[in-house]
Amino acid sequence: MDVNMGNVLGLIFANMHDMTVGDLTKNRTMGSIMFGGRYRLIDFPLSNMVNSGITEVGVITKSNYQSLLDHLGSAREWDLARKKGGLYILPPFGNVESKLYRGRIEALYGAISFIKNSMSSYVVLSDCDIITNMDFKPIIEQHVESGADITVVAHTGPYSSEDIKQSTILNADNTGTVRSVIIQPDISGTCTMSLNIFVMSKQFLIDMVADAIARGNVSFETDILQAKCDQLNIKVYEYDRYFSKISSVSSYFKANQDLLDHEKASQLYLPKRSIYTKVSDNAPVKYDLDSKVTNSLIADGCIIEGEVENSVLFRGVKVGKGAKVKNCVLMQGTVVGMNSEINYLITDKNVNIGDNHILTSAPTYPMYIGKGASV
Amino acid sequence: MFNKKECVAMLLAGGQGSRLYALTQTVAKPAVPFGAKYRIIDFPLSNCINSGIDTVGVLTQYQPLVLNEYIGNGQPWDLDRIHGGVHVLPPYQKASGADWYSGTANAIYQNIPFIERYDPEYVIILSGDHIYKMDYNKMLNYHKEKQADATIAVLDVPKEEASRFGIMITDENDNIIDFEEKPKNPRSTLASMGIYIFTWKKLRAYLIANEEDKEASKDFGKNIIPDMRAAGEKLVAYRFDGYWKDVGTIDSLWEANMDLINPNIPIDLYDPAWKIYSRNPVVPPQYIGANAMVQNSMITEGCYIDGSVEFSMISDGVTVEEGAEIYDSILMPGCVVKKGAKVEYAIVGENSVIGENAQIGARPENIDDKDTWGVAVVGHNLNISDGAVVAPKAIISTDM
Repeated sequence: MDVNMGNVLGLIFANMHDMTVGDLTKNRTMGSIMFGGRYRLIDFPLSNMVNSGITEVGVITKSNYQSLLDHLGSAREWDLARKKGGLYILPPFGNVESKLYRGRIEALYGAISFIKNSMSSYVVLSDCDIITNMDFKPIIEQHVESGADITVVAHTGPYSSEDIKQSTILNADNTGTVRSVIIQPDISGTCTMSLNIFVMSKQFLIDMVADAIARGNVSFETDILQAKCDQLNIKVYEYDRYFSKISSVSSYFKANQDLLDHEKASQLYLPKRSIYTKVSDNAPVKYDLDSKVTNSLIADGCIIEGEVENSVLFRGVKVGKGAKVKNCVLMQGTVVGMNSEINYLITDKNVNIGDNHILTSAPTYPMYIGKGASV
Repeated sequence: MFNKKECVAMLLAGGQGSRLYALTQTVAKPAVPFGAKYRIIDFPLSNCINSGIDTVGVLTQYQPLVLNEYIGNGQPWDLDRIHGGVHVLPPYQKASGADWYSGTANAIYQNIPFIERYDPEYVIILSGDHIYKMDYNKMLNYHKEKQADATIAVLDVPKEEASRFGIMITDENDNIIDFEEKPKNPRSTLASMGIYIFTWKKLRAYLIANEEDKEASKDFGKNIIPDMRAAGEKLVAYRFDGYWKDVGTIDSLWEANMDLINPNIPIDLYDPAWKIYSRNPVVPPQYIGANAMVQNSMITEGCYIDGSVEFSMISDGVTVEEGAEIYDSILMPGCVVKKGAKVEYAIVGENSVIGENAQIGARPENIDDKDTWGVAVVGHNLNISDGAVVAPKAIISTDM
């Protein structure tokens, strides 16, 4: 079966899971969290949609979205500055009746006229918490072939209780039909976890939202997937390529560290399926006479005069002479002063660590320093 | 009629760059990679937009494919405009026939209709083979203040180097009273940088007159400037005191790259007020591996470095495998240096692969006969087999 991907609408939820990562979303949406040296989380679902042939994408957001708007701009970098289709940013409408949405259903309801106006027949919905290089085409194909009402992209594997307590767990039979759904259970072990990526037909989505709103239902997971599991034909699409899921500050740290593993990084960065992001015209990285860098990702615009090990450095980070940076994630514009030593640290944008400081925290829970702070 | 522009820039980018040999066989010189993430033309284009000049004609002729694709609609330099912006101007067929650009002045002459669309007061002539950061607006103000007909940017060079340049002889007010091309015994140390601002009405008249003279070589330096001086037009020198380098030869291209990592050379690519823009590749950040040793170098996105890199410029998407050593060299986009290979004092072209344990170039201190030493060059898209040796100063343009 060959589906026309031009007939698929993409919807990205930029704020979903904001609460799980603490201060990382203090001034921004989940989608605009910086990741991997030069990206923001939304780059992954957005690039995946574009690389899958989807040319019409709506980004649903409700709050803290200034950085998101700034990042997406005209969407030219994702090749979505189009006359036909392209990128639509869908903030809350702002009339007296509408209020900030509480769940996915209300969010969709806020965007329902956009969805109705789309000429596409199918819709793929994605959050910004999964970092992967995913082709949506086989998922849509399976959805159409199977005749499912909803297809949920999921992965079966061993998970810790920390992973699972933020997730939706599916129990499917051997035909891939979902028989029961458990929301955020306190368990651990091997199970099938939803990756918060769903496919349905546009008409099904419109009817589902209208029905749920009429009944006062707000949660897609609880009120639809779980409550209507028996009535609906819900299928699992088992996804088995590399992915990482951001559900806490420590999983954010781990996902960044994953990129230092060449095997994993090469599954994420595929030459023919590039991850696009906003360009910022930084000069190349400058390594000084005494610099020593090993096993690290360094983005353009950095100036390295000290030592860096097992770390991810975003654009424009400066590491002073004699400084030692180990096991860190340093976001854009962080400055590490001369002879300072830092270990297991996440610094947000423009953090300034002065000279001769020593900051160390535990590998299991790396210290986070907020945007613009000076130490 | 388009909106009027005060000043239009015309960038001469059609030269073959034959002194860069293997590096310009399939690529025009302005499109040659430079400084890890740039191409040479990024410098004049960025200077234009940073100086507030938003209408630029790029005159192309030799191997324009890569250059045209690189410039595209001009968006990376903010030169995609409704009025103005960057325009690639190759020679074209007219009702009277078709001609190649037969000289720098002829190239501008053939594009008089392009310039007239913007009805400019001034035209600035730039060339696509210089590395420098310059505010053309300051030079334009100087041209206006001096009420000049032509202003030529000059650099005060050391006396011993003056014989390599076109030298301007000026009076005490910096009016140009004479000039000499590569003089044996220079009478001045003011070298022309190949950057001219003309009052357009004047230039237009001289271009037309020069075209009617069948004997003329249709060149700015040989015809237009001497003709204007002979007719008593006001020619002034504009002194520039920043970093400027012509990258027309292998040695100067190598040196200019190395200048970027020399702390004593005043060209700052990290100044947010004067960014050098370029077309950015869509690749992840560079990965520096567990076995890597990187010092005194510039490296850009998409690289995978697991060997040693010192005093080198590494462009996007380059792989340096474990145990490979890169010293004082330039690796252009996409090249691969395999395990144990050694690249010293060399330039390796785009997408070339250096086989395991191959040796490219050598350090001058390891060579007895210094006359045989020089920067080695491997052209674009070549394969150098395992264990092969490329001698210093050699220029390779086929697989070996």
